[in-house]
Amino acid sequence: MISQFFVLSQRGDNIVFRDYRGDVQKGSAEIFFRKVKFWKEDGEEEAPPVFNVDGVNYFHVKVVGLLFAATTRSNVSPSLVLELLQRIARVTKDYLGILNEDSLRKNFVLVYELLDEVIDFGYVQTTSTEVLKASVFNEPILIDAGRLPTLGPASIFMQGTKRMPGTAVTKSVVANEPGGRKREEIFVDIIEKISVTFSSSGYILTSEIDGTIQMKSYLTGNPEIRLALNEDLSIGRGGRSIYDYGGSSGAGAVILDDCNFHESVHLDSFEVDRTMSLVPPDGEFPVMNYRITQEFKPPFRVNTLIEEAGSLKAEVILKIRAEFASSITANAIAVQMPLPAYTSRVSFELEPGAVGQTTDFRESNKRLEWNLKKIVGGSEHTLRAKLTFSQESHGNITKEAGPVSMTFTIPMYNASKLQVKYLQIAKKSKTYNPYRWVRYVTQANSYVARI
Amino acid sequence: MIPFQRSASPSQPSGKGDVVDVKLQLRQLAGSRAPGTDDSKRDLFKKVLSYMTIGIDVSSVFSEMVMCSATSDIVLKKMCYLYVGNYAKYNPDLALLTINFLQRDCKDEDPMIRGLALRSLCMLRVPNLVEYLVGPLALGLKDKSSYVRMVASIGVVKLYHISAPTCVDADFPAILKQLMLHDQDAQVVANCLFSLQEIWSLEANTSEEASREREALLSKPVIYYFLNRIKDFNEWAQCIILEMVSKYVPPDHNEIFDIMNLLEDRLQHANGAVVLATIKLFLQLTLDMTDVHQQVYERIKAPLLTQVSSGSPEQSFAVLSHLHLLVMRAPMLFSADYKHFYCLYNEPFYVKKLKLEMLTAVANESNTYEIVTELCEYAANVDIPMARESIRAVGKIALQQYDVNAIVDRLLQFLDLEKDHVTAETLVLVKDLLRKYPQWSRDCIAVVGNISSKNIQEPKAKAALIWMLGEYAQDMHDAPYVLESLVENWEDEDSAEVRLHLLTSVVKCFFKRPPETQQALGAALAAGVADFHQPSYMFTDKEYRGPFAFSEELGNMSMGVEGAETIVSSQRVEANDKDLLLSASEKEDKGLSNNDSAYNAPAYDGSLSLAPSQVQSDLVSLEPQLPSQSSQTSSVIDDLLGLGLSVASTPAPALKLNAKPVLDPNTFQQKWRQLSVSLSEEASISPQGVAALSNLQSLLHHMQGHSIQCIASGGQSPNFKFFFFAQKSEEPSLFLVECIINSSSCKAQLKIKADDESSSFAFSKVFKSALSSYGMA
Repeated sequence: MISQFFVLSQRGDNIVFRDYRGDVQKGSAEIFFRKVKFWKEDGEEEAPPVFNVDGVNYFHVKVVGLLFAATTRSNVSPSLVLELLQRIARVTKDYLGILNEDSLRKNFVLVYELLDEVIDFGYVQTTSTEVLKASVFNEPILIDAGRLPTLGPASIFMQGTKRMPGTAVTKSVVANEPGGRKREEIFVDIIEKISVTFSSSGYILTSEIDGTIQMKSYLTGNPEIRLALNEDLSIGRGGRSIYDYGGSSGAGAVILDDCNFHESVHLDSFEVDRTMSLVPPDGEFPVMNYRITQEFKPPFRVNTLIEEAGSLKAEVILKIRAEFASSITANAIAVQMPLPAYTSRVSFELEPGAVGQTTDFRESNKRLEWNLKKIVGGSEHTLRAKLTFSQESHGNITKEAGPVSMTFTIPMYNASKLQVKYLQIAKKSKTYNPYRWVRYVTQANSYVARI
Repeated sequence: MIPFQRSASPSQPSGKGDVVDVKLQLRQLAGSRAPGTDDSKRDLFKKVLSYMTIGIDVSSVFSEMVMCSATSDIVLKKMCYLYVGNYAKYNPDLALLTINFLQRDCKDEDPMIRGLALRSLCMLRVPNLVEYLVGPLALGLKDKSSYVRMVASIGVVKLYHISAPTCVDADFPAILKQLMLHDQDAQVVANCLFSLQEIWSLEANTSEEASREREALLSKPVIYYFLNRIKDFNEWAQCIILEMVSKYVPPDHNEIFDIMNLLEDRLQHANGAVVLATIKLFLQLTLDMTDVHQQVYERIKAPLLTQVSSGSPEQSFAVLSHLHLLVMRAPMLFSADYKHFYCLYNEPFYVKKLKLEMLTAVANESNTYEIVTELCEYAANVDIPMARESIRAVGKIALQQYDVNAIVDRLLQFLDLEKDHVTAETLVLVKDLLRKYPQWSRDCIAVVGNISSKNIQEPKAKAALIWMLGEYAQDMHDAPYVLESLVENWEDEDSAEVRLHLLTSVVKCFFKRPPETQQALGAALAAGVADFHQPSYMFTDKEYRGPFAFSEELGNMSMGVEGAETIVSSQRVEANDKDLLLSASEKEDKGLSNNDSAYNAPAYDGSLSLAPSQVQSDLVSLEPQLPSQSSQTSSVIDDLLGLGLSVASTPAPALKLNAKPVLDPNTFQQKWRQLSVSLSEEASISPQGVAALSNLQSLLHHMQGHSIQCIASGGQSPNFKFFFFAQKSEEPSLFLVECIINSSSCKAQLKIKADDESSSFAFSKVFKSALSSYGMA
């Protein structure tokens, strides 16, 4: 059971503060904020999500720059509380459409109402948007969606591609559309976060895909939905014999190391034909999470060359090659590379005719930054950076610089080849034909090339 | 201090004036039935709640809020309830005002309003209003709406906290139990369980019956009742139920398998809390079944790893902390999964740190090479705390492994990076490594010898380098000269640890290379004696450093070099690397019984803070050994020559001393400086006493027996110096004594300072008689 729940802004003021049990002092939010802000224990500079001050356990998660926190005196399962905090943020987002400081402040009464129903005397009652709808009466005050960072991985669909209706992910589950009628639609997003580490010789040291099939339904009447995945999908590497590889399952088989499912998912025929059936509750939720360590072709190859040019100069050549189909375009690519601490000046040389590329040398942390608006599949881009050192480099510059790390988003691309073969909605009538959006996206989680 | 910026946002007003304003407006609206009143009320209520949120006291509008609460607008009602719940406790008299409308609402047609009113009624937390609570609560438990029953079942425990007897007398626990076992609604059942668990655990302290009831919750029928319908409950209730089941002890193995089969699909739940609760249960159940327990580990690995990567960094931290515990318990089982513990570029440091610890734990013969290679990449990282931790991890692995060959090379390569923090961490580790594996000294010393002590700033690293200079003085060509230059800068050195190491290292170096070190040793000892800041290892008295310039005497001592070497090298210490390993084994002991243990609960970090004090005591223990040998020989000679003339002991004079006075060294020092010497004389000590002096402790003990306490002691044979103090039994008046014993002449020089000078003579008699009887027993 938890004693208090509160949301603090980045400056530390209370946006909402709810005391459920009255057994933790009123000033706890202040104590908490000070502790987090000036965390200095064990040489760490960032407070861990769980800590204890004077017998009070403090839990927090950071969501869109806000601190969602809970306190308790009892020995409650930390993962339960952290999970709960994250879920409260998600429910709030379902209601408000956009979750940020502004929308929270405008809707704090609604949030109080939600909190009253979510937790009673410290015991969780429900976090289902569906159930909450029956007992929450405030209308959300919607804020302008323009250029605001939103919560959750689905927000990436707002950038770039015009194919996606931009308002979809920022639409409140409960608020009525200005036009009056609600649009019948359902979104299924296959979001894959990939982590790859390349050795200095370009060999893949580790790779992992963390995927989520995320659903957000705006369908009225909660019809049943069937979702079919690749038929050759197999789960678990442990039980397989080595002969299975390249055997009957075919070269393109998708092998998940492990996966888990939302509680609403029925898996009765999953073993047979890889279909799941569910009645999607309102709001955004993960239908399935999965993890893959099977090797896959990384979307980008990074080549780094460092050449010394005299005792106080060196040249860094960064090459990025996009190894995916030319019909696909990656967005918002950022490349970073720490440079030797004694680097004093950097001059950049982009390839001729480069468009939408910026470069920067961050003096404070000695970091090279190279941003590209987009990269078309199959293309290659090069950056030359001339470094000037303030002192003579002793020994090996490659030991003082790197590794190169990348972040990017590639819509309509998935590294794992996991697919939603079809999305079936139980029909209520012949004319009922809601919009279905099945969207794929791959994001870099940790994409690192050592040099 | 963080200024809470109350006026920063326009929506957050700042002061009292506004509250008064709101109060007036509320009063105007209270009786109004004009259209649009509710909207204005909403705005005002909102204002009040926003004040409440940011911590402005709005209790003064209590009666106005209550007056405005007569409304059919449910949003308004909710706001009002929230307000009342927050302030009723502090305004018990005004709270009475709310009872009426809350009780009325408890009978409303709309179950939502009934529920809300009941919840608010229970939240008033005013003891003398409980009588109004019992009726609605009893009705609520029987309500036909599950929403109201849900509220009522939690309401019972709220009532219990306000007034336990009222709750028990109304027989609510029994009603709850019935409800728990028969209600159709899963959340009502779950709430009953929560309430009953809390009530009976609290009640169990005083009532036999309650503790029986608490046990009954864990009986087989109840457990199976919950297990069989576990999927009816929401994910949060499932966690609590799983937690409860983990306390149930199944009578036989078949039942254990039944439970695990029933719950296996919970491991595939998307909610990490459910997965972890299930894992905990499985591990608890199979504690006595070794092979099944192992299988459980294999089974839970994949779901745990999926949980690590599917949530936010905070959730992943929670899961990793559990994984961390498991890895510490059974590192072997995870040794093939080491790649999962590699750090990602963008993870927060608290996650990386856990991963590093796990990497350290799972390292074995087959994967060490790769793990260390990976760690070396982190060590070159620009992120300084991360680099430090990584180097420490490499060091820990080296200390665990038998085949450290490759690791030592890697460690030494760190020194080539020429980054200050890397060098510093590495030096500390090389030192620890050499203590455990002296056979690597040749390789290490060759590299360490090239490091200029001037580039090392961190005390720990400096101390490590100095230790190596002393320990391997014979292999490091310029050791005496480096030490000498360090001694010259004694005054600029702030760290006690470094000074201590410097002292011992100079001594060690002296025994190995006397002619080159003699001067440095003299300087070091002089500086150490004069060192005013470090009462723990040297005399505190600044005035008396003159007679204690041991340097010349030591320089003339004809101690065999071989003998010296045995003394020094016998001090090989294992303590330090045990410290390094201790943190791992300690965590192992904590086990899984407690979810919290993985989260640095307060009593957790003892092992690390131990290290410095142990190092200090190791160092200090070096010193007494030197005098003990020589003083023993001298006392043997005394005996041989038959000089042992017993000194007639004087009868104990009548001065009563406090048997257990307390004085800390700093106060002693201060007092010693303030007071002037009131008595200065010579006392004699028996030859038996001198003989017994080989163990300084025995004298201290003896004096304690006479209510005289020692605060500092030290010295070399034949000169020993002690500081004693004593206190009169009836008053706080103190006596301070400096006592210099010359063991060859059997004489002691006393300097007595006293708060009350008139009694110093009497005290000196007591002291002398005590001293003369030393060794006579």
